[in-house]
Amino acid sequence: MKKTVFFGALTAAGLAAGMASAATLDDVKARGSLNCGVTTGLIGFAAPNAEGEWEGFDVGVCRAVAAAIFGDPTAVEFVPTTGQTRFTALASGEIDLLARNTTWTMSRDVDLKFEFVGVNYYDGQGFLVPKALGVTSATELDGATVCIQTGTTTELNLADYFRVNGITYEPVPIETNAEGQQQYLAGACDVYTTDASGLAATRAAFENPGDHVLLPEIISKEPLGPLVRHGDNEWGDIARWTLNALITAEELGVTSENIEELAATPGDNPEVNRLLGTEGELGAQLGLEADWAKNAIMAGGNYGELFEDNIGENTAIALARGLNAQWTEGGLIYSPPFR
Amino acid sequence: MSDTPVTYVRTQMLDQQAPPTSEVGPVRWVRENLFSSPMNAILTILSLYVVYIVLSHVGPWIVNGIWNANSLTECREIIATTGDGHHSAACFGVISARWHQLVFGYYPSELYWRPVLALVVFLVGIAPVMFPSLPRKLYFVTAAAPFLCFWLLWGGSIWLPISIALGFGVGIVANKVLAEHVSALAAIVGVIVLPLIYWILLAGPLAGGLASVIPLEIEFVPSRSFGGFMLSIVIGLSAIVMSLPLGILLALARRSDLFIIKTCAVVFIEVIRGVPLIVWLFTAQLLLNYFLPPGSSFDLTLRVIIMVTLFAAAYIAEVIRGGLAALPKGQYEGADSLGLNYWQSMQLIVLPQALKISIPGIVNTFIGLFKDTTLVVFIGLFDPIGISNAIRATTEWNGIYWELFLFIGIMFFISCFSMGRYSLYLEKKLQREHR
Repeated sequence: MKKTVFFGALTAAGLAAGMASAATLDDVKARGSLNCGVTTGLIGFAAPNAEGEWEGFDVGVCRAVAAAIFGDPTAVEFVPTTGQTRFTALASGEIDLLARNTTWTMSRDVDLKFEFVGVNYYDGQGFLVPKALGVTSATELDGATVCIQTGTTTELNLADYFRVNGITYEPVPIETNAEGQQQYLAGACDVYTTDASGLAATRAAFENPGDHVLLPEIISKEPLGPLVRHGDNEWGDIARWTLNALITAEELGVTSENIEELAATPGDNPEVNRLLGTEGELGAQLGLEADWAKNAIMAGGNYGELFEDNIGENTAIALARGLNAQWTEGGLIYSPPFR
Repeated sequence: MSDTPVTYVRTQMLDQQAPPTSEVGPVRWVRENLFSSPMNAILTILSLYVVYIVLSHVGPWIVNGIWNANSLTECREIIATTGDGHHSAACFGVISARWHQLVFGYYPSELYWRPVLALVVFLVGIAPVMFPSLPRKLYFVTAAAPFLCFWLLWGGSIWLPISIALGFGVGIVANKVLAEHVSALAAIVGVIVLPLIYWILLAGPLAGGLASVIPLEIEFVPSRSFGGFMLSIVIGLSAIVMSLPLGILLALARRSDLFIIKTCAVVFIEVIRGVPLIVWLFTAQLLLNYFLPPGSSFDLTLRVIIMVTLFAAAYIAEVIRGGLAALPKGQYEGADSLGLNYWQSMQLIVLPQALKISIPGIVNTFIGLFKDTTLVVFIGLFDPIGISNAIRATTEWNGIYWELFLFIGIMFFISCFSMGRYSLYLEKKLQREHR
């Protein structure tokens, strides 16, 4: 009896938690800062620097959302999450937004009751091989030993790909990317497979990056994006349109350098004016200030600037835009209009 | 007797001769210990070869280590220009560049003195407990140390730890008054219930009220800034300090004749001990979030400390139960025949002997517990392993591996080895039987 009452109370508390978190924006405003879930450390996407400040591509999304709400890109508490804890942290309300290179899949969207607000990086699983192996295509990897992280979608993708192509492989299970690098360099496996962005970063860290090549095949779709809980559409809108604002800003040529000027002296491009809040009432529709998007863009620059600063070709990771170019340049990055 | 001189009798003693060189000094030691038989000789040579191989690879790597590089690339350039090309070299630059993160995590650098001072306070506080020859007055520091350490580490208003400490004062007063004027049972109940009522209802408002009258506070540091060895030490030491008394109580409860108390202790110990620590950590991290009312951000580090404490207490309880079981029945009966009540006999006769027997087991549990704190990496806390992952996730140090693990390993070895040494010292000092 006692136990029933106890569990009943717990359930009630849990339900109350679910209901009370409906107005996330009010909670965030009352708290004065955004709780943003990030990874515990992934090169280029999120990691604390020598001063302990978080930097990276995903971190840029968090800062933009914080700037859109508070006008202050530092009003963020970064909550490091692991692959196991990220979804529970979001579902329980410990974090308001999860920007942790999370692949948008149907079951995560539907079954886990989350809402992906967009895609900020289109990734895909690739292969890294030593040049000395003389392989130019993944279909030539018959009988190869493959280093692969256990318990991830990459493991399943790999099995699917090799089965479809009728070739065999021998998996070498590894736990973390750092271990994968060591195993691969020590020759424990012929091939290292994980997301292509991770492979590029891994290769960049090698002593002789030129001795290793990325194979042309990308064997899976990994659209990575920020996500929020189901059930609070207003909050989801804020996150979605902040990301869209960054993307639109790049498309319209609004950068962190010319944004002050464009906002101070509205030009004759109505979409830029609507984006920057000098025309129309888009900010008020979201429950934010008129200059919300301006603040978001000023936090770390537009989408293209974030990309170039954190993972672009001038950084150590040196990722090409590829699929992540604007739709006008042959990529998939596309934002609905600000109207 | 004839007069013939006895030719073969010595008339004077021979000088003492040095023993043959093969029977003394290093040569003898080597003969006896390394080359006593052909088999041993072969094994010795093989072992020496293996040691040589390892040292010839690891030695130059460590000795040639680069300490003044700011990134892995820079480090490799230095190796390429200065190295002889045959030996690799370690990049200890990562440790000189990031040691402050490995030790303090993301604690504000201008406040590093606070955790250091907290450690000093802790050591002074624990000194009279560990070394009985020190003056008794130091026990005042011992009593104040937990609250002082808490305040130094997290900061904020000083009235919060003081008003929490007052709860123990409430307990002591309740014990005295109730035991004198009502009954011993009422005293036991009062000791538990009254401080709880005080903490739940009064402590918060009292601290708030005092803070508004006399604001006395230092900068607040959130738990999220804790990391590195500081986090391991905070979790490890808090759990060690709190789990020992809790474990003793549990062990006594498990041997109690009172059915309910005994059952509670058995259930608690078996449930906690029957589930891996990592599961309890996930429970602390994930499950509690669902049950706590929203907005009540019960600090994750505190949740972890509580879980680790409960986990360690269950193990300590079993170790001490072993000590209690090892005492001859005569000791218990002797205590009873002196007319001592239960608590007196435990305090004066039974526990001092049982704890002495349990020392190796207790220290063993503590060492394991301290190392287990690295498991918090799986719930996203930045313990030394977590920090090393975060360091590796920056563009400067992506690809560095062994240097960080070497550093972490050495730090843990120093901590655990000193604990082991202290346990040996304590055992020798408390040895009574075979002097």
